Amino acid sequence: MIAIFAFYLFATLTIASAVLVIFARNPVHSVLWLILAFFNAAGLMLILGAEFIAMLLVIVYVGAVAVLFLFIVMMLDIDFAALRSGFTRNLPFGLVVALVLLAEIIVAVSAWKAGPVTGGVQPAATNQPNIEAVGELLYTRYLFPFEIAGLILLVAMIGAIVLTHRSRGDVRGQKVWKQVDRRPEDAIRNLQPKVGEGVKL
Amino acid sequence: MNLAPILPELILTVGAIVLMMVAAFMGRRGSALCSWASVALLLGASVTLLGEPQSAGALFGGLIQADGFGAFGKLVIYLCAAVAIVMAHNWFERDFEHAAEYPVLILLSAIGMSVMVSATSLISLYVGLELQSLSAYVLAAYRRTDDRSAEAGLKYFVLGGLASGILLYGISLLYGFTGTTQFEGVAAAFAREGTQSIGLLFGLVFLLAGLAFKISAVPFHMWTPDVYEGAPTPVTAFFASAPKVAAVLLSVRVCLDALAPAIDAWRQIMIFAALASILLGAVAAYGQTNIKRLLAYSSINNVGFALIGLVAGGVAGASAVLFYMAVYVVMTLGAFLCVLRMKDEKGESIEGIDSLSGLSQTRPGLALALATFMLSLAGIPPLFGFWPKLMVFNAAVAEGLYPLAVAGILGTVVGAFYYLKIVKVMYFDAPGRPLSKPGSAVESGLIVIAALIVSPLGYLLIRPLGQLTNNAAGSLF
Repeated sequence: MIAIFAFYLFATLTIASAVLVIFARNPVHSVLWLILAFFNAAGLMLILGAEFIAMLLVIVYVGAVAVLFLFIVMMLDIDFAALRSGFTRNLPFGLVVALVLLAEIIVAVSAWKAGPVTGGVQPAATNQPNIEAVGELLYTRYLFPFEIAGLILLVAMIGAIVLTHRSRGDVRGQKVWKQVDRRPEDAIRNLQPKVGEGVKL
Repeated sequence: MNLAPILPELILTVGAIVLMMVAAFMGRRGSALCSWASVALLLGASVTLLGEPQSAGALFGGLIQADGFGAFGKLVIYLCAAVAIVMAHNWFERDFEHAAEYPVLILLSAIGMSVMVSATSLISLYVGLELQSLSAYVLAAYRRTDDRSAEAGLKYFVLGGLASGILLYGISLLYGFTGTTQFEGVAAAFAREGTQSIGLLFGLVFLLAGLAFKISAVPFHMWTPDVYEGAPTPVTAFFASAPKVAAVLLSVRVCLDALAPAIDAWRQIMIFAALASILLGAVAAYGQTNIKRLLAYSSINNVGFALIGLVAGGVAGASAVLFYMAVYVVMTLGAFLCVLRMKDEKGESIEGIDSLSGLSQTRPGLALALATFMLSLAGIPPLFGFWPKLMVFNAAVAEGLYPLAVAGILGTVVGAFYYLKIVKVMYFDAPGRPLSKPGSAVESGLIVIAALIVSPLGYLLIRPLGQLTNNAAGSLF
């Protein structure tokens, strides 16, 4: 009962927030609605028992993709009103895309009813949570590709630095040891100026 | 766990990470240290190939295989990478800020290529390929202040990303229709269902299309001339040697291992790719005025010949491919070492073929070396470049593929024209502006070694190299 209630809650909220992504006037609001849609989709995945995918949705889509969207929307000066004014002009094209998507959904549903494509290997039913299952494979059987993937990320980092970093002459870096080494005697002078004479610096 | 079979990769990985820190903290001053340390690491890794890395068999549950085939590929790759580092040492030194990171990226790329040549699973195939490609994208754009280099990097990145997508699509289809990513599982599925299964066939085609991009076989060659021209010359030399060997060897393993039962399906594709590469490489090179572009077409052309050996299949065919690639990298690296010497009085590199005119009178030694490499690339008999071509054609004839062999030989004749054109420019044209005087002694030494190998003296290598390639090819079956 509670599962059905949760499903309808998450499903309704996903669809509602997806609709609001399109209809929101302010693009920043659109992105925020999108984030809500992602969260609810993650909830749906949890109900399915796919908690790993649920976490990925939250971490990757909300944490990285949506934030990137927000950055871009905020940084670029796009006139969304002008974009929206082309609505009627682009309507036929949009309808075509919608029709294609609809046809694909129908085909997919009928193909799904026809059964799986090939026998393949069916996963054994266990009580092991799938995060644990993925982790176990990742750190034992697939350790080697996993480590190589780490090297790929290292290359990406080195590459980004090599291609964009340049040392600039006008940067004055902090020299911590100089700051720490400084004694009060080096920095402070005690003076007792007389009235009307001022201080000589 | 026994780590000895992957000792070469471990050495390179740890070395690359340590040198990265050296580069980060020492900056420009660390560039000489990084270069020579990387060369030492590569040579050290080559030495460790002698032991278990060529005999340990399946590792990590069959994700990679430590066999003679992989070890041979790694040996060639490490040596090419070492030469590419030596070549770059003088090239970047002048005022280049990130010269110290260059050998690190080459090392990481070499790790990716080692994974490629020993991969026996679609997953390790893909991660190896990505590691190699990603380093290559960065290397292509290495002189970011130079517009052509930046353009080359971007072009390579976008097209390479597309090719990776195609490859991954093929991999996912194969996985979906076979239920496994292991080569032997894929082979079993092909043996079971044959090429009747549309899904398997599509997977095969997409996988081969992705690989064809990496070896720049026609019709996926379009990026090659632009990237080779734009990238810094040492990087171009690297692209034309090590990654090409790795991708060709990977294709050999995929075709003769994972796709072995579907030989009729991939053979047609490879025959087309081989002949189209030979012809296009030969014809399109004709109008080129830039020597790096010309060598790019030459590499397309040569990959076509190597693919003929692959089409022939069997131990003889695979051995011919290995032999071909080993000799090809010597000729190509030699040619690029000569191109590296093409500098005007101010020390700026020049790449026009016309600037070579009359080189035989101003710089006879360089002209002789370049002419040797060109004639050898053309496959003209007294030189060593003739022998691997003979081997691939022999393999094709032994399999009864007469039309393919005849077409290939005709392609050689067409291709010989533009190689001869360079020799003609150097020996029979009036001298133009002289090139500046030679640079480092190490490079000169490398040119001499390469020239000696491709000279008729190279025929002494036939027996040892032939034995090596036969053993390596034998370990595939």
